[in-house]
Amino acid sequence: MSHHIVEVNQLRHVYPDGTMALRDVSFRIHHGESVAIIGANGAGKSTLLLHLNGYLTATAGTIRIGDHQLSRETLAEIRRTVGTVFQDPDDQLFMPTVFDDVAFGPLNQGLDVATVERRVADALERVGALELRNKPPYHLSGGEKKRVAVATVLSMLPEILVLDEPTAGLDPRARRQLLALLRDFHHTRIVTSHDLDMVLELCERTIVLHEGTVMADGPTLEIFGNDALLAACHLEKPFAMQGCPVCSPGRQHPLPLPQRPLVAPHGDGLHDHDHHHDH
Amino acid sequence: MHMADALLSPAVGGTLWAASAGTIAWCSARMRRELDDRKVPLMGVLGAFVFAAQMINFTIPATGSSGHLGGGLLLAILLGPHAAFLTIASVLFIQALFFADGGLLALGCNIFNLGVFPAFLAYPLVYRPLAGRHPGQARLVLAAVVAAVTALQLGAFAVVVETTASGISALPFAGFLLLMQPIHLAIGIIEGLATAAVIAFVVRARPELVTAALAGRPAEQLPLRGMLAGFALAALLLGGVVSWFASEHPDGLEWSIARLTGETELPQPAGRLHGTLAEVQEKVAVLPDYTLRPGPAAEPAGRAGTSLAGVVGGLATLALCALCGLLLKKRPRRG
Amino acid sequence: MLAIDGNLLDFKRLDLLALKESPVHRLDPRAKVLTTLVFILCVVSFDRYELAALLPFALYPVVLLALGDLPAGYIARKVAVVLPFAVMVGLFNPLFDRQVLLQLGPLDIWGGWLSCLSIVVRALLTAAAAIVLVAITGFPAICEALERLGMPRVFAVQLLFLYRYIFVLADEGGRVARARQLRACGTKGLGLRHFGPLVGHLLLRTWERAERVHMAMLARGFAGEVHTRRQGRFGAAEGAFLLGWGSLFVALRLYNLPHLLGQLLTGN
Repeated sequence: MSHHIVEVNQLRHVYPDGTMALRDVSFRIHHGESVAIIGANGAGKSTLLLHLNGYLTATAGTIRIGDHQLSRETLAEIRRTVGTVFQDPDDQLFMPTVFDDVAFGPLNQGLDVATVERRVADALERVGALELRNKPPYHLSGGEKKRVAVATVLSMLPEILVLDEPTAGLDPRARRQLLALLRDFHHTRIVTSHDLDMVLELCERTIVLHEGTVMADGPTLEIFGNDALLAACHLEKPFAMQGCPVCSPGRQHPLPLPQRPLVAPHGDGLHDHDHHHDH
Repeated sequence: MHMADALLSPAVGGTLWAASAGTIAWCSARMRRELDDRKVPLMGVLGAFVFAAQMINFTIPATGSSGHLGGGLLLAILLGPHAAFLTIASVLFIQALFFADGGLLALGCNIFNLGVFPAFLAYPLVYRPLAGRHPGQARLVLAAVVAAVTALQLGAFAVVVETTASGISALPFAGFLLLMQPIHLAIGIIEGLATAAVIAFVVRARPELVTAALAGRPAEQLPLRGMLAGFALAALLLGGVVSWFASEHPDGLEWSIARLTGETELPQPAGRLHGTLAEVQEKVAVLPDYTLRPGPAAEPAGRAGTSLAGVVGGLATLALCALCGLLLKKRPRRG
Repeated sequence: MLAIDGNLLDFKRLDLLALKESPVHRLDPRAKVLTTLVFILCVVSFDRYELAALLPFALYPVVLLALGDLPAGYIARKVAVVLPFAVMVGLFNPLFDRQVLLQLGPLDIWGGWLSCLSIVVRALLTAAAAIVLVAITGFPAICEALERLGMPRVFAVQLLFLYRYIFVLADEGGRVARARQLRACGTKGLGLRHFGPLVGHLLLRTWERAERVHMAMLARGFAGEVHTRRQGRFGAAEGAFLLGWGSLFVALRLYNLPHLLGQLLTGN
């Protein structure tokens, strides 16, 4: 199925102020793959994602989505194929009610009302938010907002899902719900995140960006096992791979235990870890 | 100051509703033609920004009291007149509904007083010529203060005219004017200073936002058109007022307005909404009561005679209203 | 800056009332908007000295309050906010208008006092009508109704966007103000020197948000036109609501009910 290949070739992007955000980035993602794009702040992740749906135009290089090369003519088709879930759901949910928001895409596609209603119901059902349909987005919790944001994209029946920092700002329970949801999708998934534990759970392949270049591209476990690479790219191992500082004292923790402050430096991670990890 | 329903007569309120609705229709049509779809979310979000900014108070120099940003001039500088007018109108709309700020009938007056003057007069005719393309700090402050003062003086004047023309308040025209103009001179200066402070920051941080707003509409005849529209609307307003002063009976105005709105010559074809409104208004305006009731001043004794009945009846009516409410309230809970 | 959070909560509460289920909530918004307009026009079309005849109009907000199961105390408090302003303007009337219009026992009542009270009652009635309308209809539905009654689409979309982002930006503004206050170390007030950067920053963040929203819209096929679903039908119930209340208002406008009632009670 070469149908939904994402192929990025020698992509370069220079911002108007002269900053080179992407330097000759190339990769190929096949149908059904789940790929993480990771990197420190300013590595170029967001810039890359914004190229995939044609919001930004490449300074040099090409992008192919399926059979189409990204260009002005194919833009509409590509935006239908690639569904982008943005980081802040408050940016994504701009209509008065959840229903209107999920219907926004399908209505722009020019579908008839009955089809739109069905699409909306299906999409909300999939994210478990059907009962929220008549609520205004500002009365939703963070986790609900995120799931509805995913539904706004699902209702357009995309073949490729692009998610920018999907777990940012979610509490542990909402994060877990979202992960469970995403795991069930059979779309091609492209995810950027600083949440490497999520990457470990969700993506079999990882691309590491550093200062606009691809530093590594391979199986996630292999990349997370490469300490030198991670250090060079200002990344840290996911907590699940660091060993537990509480119950396995034999293991070397990055911080010497006696000097640890009362609140763990990675409070959230420790919590999330919750002592239910499997050794 | 926001105009309020309680001070308005239907004729004045209706005229200004029509004027504001016409301006909204004209600006909307223009925005459609402009086809800059970035402005769709931008206007909405900037309107919300004005709300948020109004919640942040600053200390007024040398007085110890505090003020906040009005936002009309700021929006005009960032968005240009048409988009700014629509944004100001939408902010006032929400204030009228959620905070009963003014009221729904007075909304027409408020949109006119606080929208037309900054967007179509103060910004294109005062701020832009004074500020030029790349104003220095002093020039920016000067331009913003003069523009804000102009807009607020005109707005305050309009409030006085509208109130006097409505005849609900007994404030004499000159006295009210003497009260309003100086207060709004102070408010205008503060508004200008606050606007200049924000613009100065934006110019330093992201100059392209302010210059893009200017460059997007370079040698267009926008100021002229805006000016004509503003003056046409102001003329309409003044026409209404003059006809009121000219006629002895308020009914005279009622009829002249009905005629006006009937064969409307507004700057823009009237939308269905104010067509309907005009109809409703016409009906209310010609309620026979206006002519049937003897002039109150003419027959004070007749009124005084029935005043006891009025008081008793009024109290009884209120009691009945409350009773209705209580009865209706109970029912759904049982059911 | 507690006022900011208070304001926002208050706003949210009014907004949430519209999500209730009741016969008046279910009516097509157009019926409610038009009825409210007829109500306001009737109320403001009274003569400036009219007081008693205004009172029966209280029936409309009271009945809707009851049918819509709205919290009376909360709505009353929101309406009362308009009082100081109305009283302030109204109080000038007794100063300028001293003709005796009414005698209540030994008391001479000046026209100014009558018109002052009239202004206050008008203010309360019109404010109550507007707030009850929002509470039983909800802002987006009011926009939809106005659009279907002829308001330009561009403006309707503008209203919806504004409304949506008030919640987001008021939060943001509140955070900025709080952060400043916590570091102000007790100094009262914010000088203009710091006001510019503080609000300017908020403005830049707002602008960037608008750019991101636009991006999210484009990603979902936005091409300049915002489509919304139109629901609701102007049926028999709506017709009855509008006609029933409308004719009641006109009748109350024509016949002074309290007077008639008073004459009946006092036997005059």
